[in-house]
Amino acid sequence: MNEALEELALTIQARAKGAVLDRSISFGVLSLDVTLDSLVRLAEQLKQDPALRFGVLTDITAVDYPERPKRFDMVYHFLSMHQNQRIRLKVAIDEEEMVPSLTSLFPVANWYEREVFDMFGILFSGHPDLRRLLTDYGFRGHPLRKDFPTSGYTEVRYDEVQKRVVYEPVRLTQEYRQFDFMSPWEGANYILPGDDKAKP
Amino acid sequence: MMDGANELHGGGQTAEQKIRNFNLNFGPQHPAAHGVLRLVLELDGEIVERCDPHVGLLHRGTEKLMESRTYLQNLPYFDRLDYVSPLNQEHAWCLAIEALTGTVVPRRASLLRVMFAELGRLLNHLMNVGTGGMDVGALTAPLWTFVPREELMVFYERASGARLHAAYFRPGGVHQDIPEQLIDDIEAWCETFPAVLDRFHELITENRIFKQRTVDIAVVSQQQVMDWSMSGIMARGSGLAWDLRRSQPYECYDEFDFQIPVGKNGDCYDRYLCRMAEMVESVKIVKQCCTKLRATPGDVLARGKITPPKRADMKRSMESLIHHFKLYTEGFHVPAGEIYCAVEAPKGEFGVYLVSDGTNKPYRCKIRAPGFPHLQAMDMLAKGHQLADVAAIIATMDIVFGEVDR
Repeated sequence: MNEALEELALTIQARAKGAVLDRSISFGVLSLDVTLDSLVRLAEQLKQDPALRFGVLTDITAVDYPERPKRFDMVYHFLSMHQNQRIRLKVAIDEEEMVPSLTSLFPVANWYEREVFDMFGILFSGHPDLRRLLTDYGFRGHPLRKDFPTSGYTEVRYDEVQKRVVYEPVRLTQEYRQFDFMSPWEGANYILPGDDKAKP
Repeated sequence: MMDGANELHGGGQTAEQKIRNFNLNFGPQHPAAHGVLRLVLELDGEIVERCDPHVGLLHRGTEKLMESRTYLQNLPYFDRLDYVSPLNQEHAWCLAIEALTGTVVPRRASLLRVMFAELGRLLNHLMNVGTGGMDVGALTAPLWTFVPREELMVFYERASGARLHAAYFRPGGVHQDIPEQLIDDIEAWCETFPAVLDRFHELITENRIFKQRTVDIAVVSQQQVMDWSMSGIMARGSGLAWDLRRSQPYECYDEFDFQIPVGKNGDCYDRYLCRMAEMVESVKIVKQCCTKLRATPGDVLARGKITPPKRADMKRSMESLIHHFKLYTEGFHVPAGEIYCAVEAPKGEFGVYLVSDGTNKPYRCKIRAPGFPHLQAMDMLAKGHQLADVAAIIATMDIVFGEVDR
C-alpha cells in the first residue's frame, strides 16, 4: 500500500519539478506540501494525467496557525474514482497572499472557496463570485480564525418597540468558560522565580 | 419590432412594454425547501434562467464550537448535522478518532454499528421518497413512509435512549449493548418491511403523475457527477457504481452480501428507484447483522484510555473511578496528526477532516457534507427547467440543511 503511494508521489514529483516541498503518507493517504504558484498547474495535472485521473475535488478547507509566519494552510482533497485513491495537497500562505481559484478546472470549487473566504478571509484570484456563503448578510469578521472569539461579537434579538430584529454587542451573564486541562505535573512550563538563573 | 416602436414614441415609454425576466424569492419558509433554503430564481415566464441558492440560515458554527470542546463532547454535534440519519454522521467521527488513536473496535460493536448505520440509511431513504413524493403532489406518500420511520426510531430509542439525537456510536465502539429481544424485534421487522415497500411501489412507482414530474428531470451526466463532486445516490443514479462501503470498505462492510443499485438515465426517477432498491439492500444487511450478532457475544467497547470503564469495575477499583472522572471532564488526548475519514452516509460521501495537535480538543475539524456540493449544482440542474420542477430537484438531491449549513 505504502509503496504504491510512494511511487505515486515520485510520479507527481517527477512531472511537476520543484512544486512539491514535502510529502508524507498517513493512514493510507498521500499528502503533498506544494508551492502556491504550482497549485493550479498541479491540480490540472492531477485531473488530466491519464495515469492519475484525480477527477473529483472532494473538499477544500483551510487551517489557521496564528503563530506561524505563513499563517494559513489551504487543504485540498482529491479523489480518483478510477484508481480508488485519495490525495491531499497543502499550500501554506500568509495573510496577504491570494490563492488562485480552481473554479475553472473544478466547478465544485466555487462554494468551497466561498466558504473558505467567509470563514478565514482568504482571497481567491479568478473566482467568479466571491461572496460570503454561510454567515449572516452583513456579517463582519472571519469566524474560523483562531483569534475570533467563539461567542462572536454581536447577538440578535427581536425588539418589541422597533418591531424588528436588532443587533447588539454580545453580553454574557457568565464568562465564556474555557477550561485549562493542563496538568501541573506534565506539560506545563512554569518559570518559578530563581529558575532562570539555573543552568539547563 | 420593439426598437421601431421605441423610436416612434421617443424616450423610455413604449406602447409595448419591454419584457424582462422575473425574479422570485423561493423560501426560506417554503414547505418544499426542506428546511431553510432561500433560492433567488430568475424566471423567464415559467422557465428558470438562473438559480442562486442562499444558504447559511441554519449555520450554527459547528466547526468553531468543536474547537473548544473535547472529542467526546463533540460527538453529539454530528447528530445535529443531518438529523434525518444521525447515526451515520457519528460513524465518521468515531472512525476518524479511532484511526488516529489506533483503536480496534470489538467485533460486536462493529456489527452493531453496521446495523444501526443501515437502519439510518432506511430512515433517510424513507423520509426522502416520502417527502419527495409530496413535493410533486402525492400527499399519501409521506404518510405511508413515516409509519416505518417511526418504528425504526423506536428501535434506536431502545438501543440509545434517545429518539432523534442518539449519540450511540462512541469512539471505541458503541455506548451500550442491545438486549436480545431487540435483535429479535428488528429481525421480525425486516420480514414485514418488504411488504410495506411493495405497497409503496404500487402507490408511487408506476403513478402517471409521479413519472411525468420526475422522468427526464434534472439529468446528471457522469462527467457532471465528477465535476460537481457528487456522491451517493446522485452518482449512482447516473450509472457510476461508486459506493464507499464497497470501494473503500470501512468497519466490517466487506463481509456482507449486498448489491449496489445503479441508475441508467441519471434523472430524478432513476434516483428514486435507486433509493427504493437500496432500502431492499439495507434490509438484507440488517438481517445478516442480526444473525451475526447472535453468534458474536462480547464487549461493545474497546476498553482503554478513550472509553469509560465498566460500571462494575468502578465500584471496586479506584483506578477505574479516576479514569472515569478524567475521561468525562478532561477527555482523552488524541495523538497529533491529520486524517480524512469518509463514510457512505445515505446522502453521499460524508467526510471528516480532523487535525489534531495532541490535546484533548480537535485543532480543526472540517465536515465535508454531501449535500453541500449537491446544492451547489442547483443552478446547473435547474437551468431550463420549469419553476415547478425546482421542488422536484430539491427533493431528489436529498438536501438537509443541518449538514449543508453546519
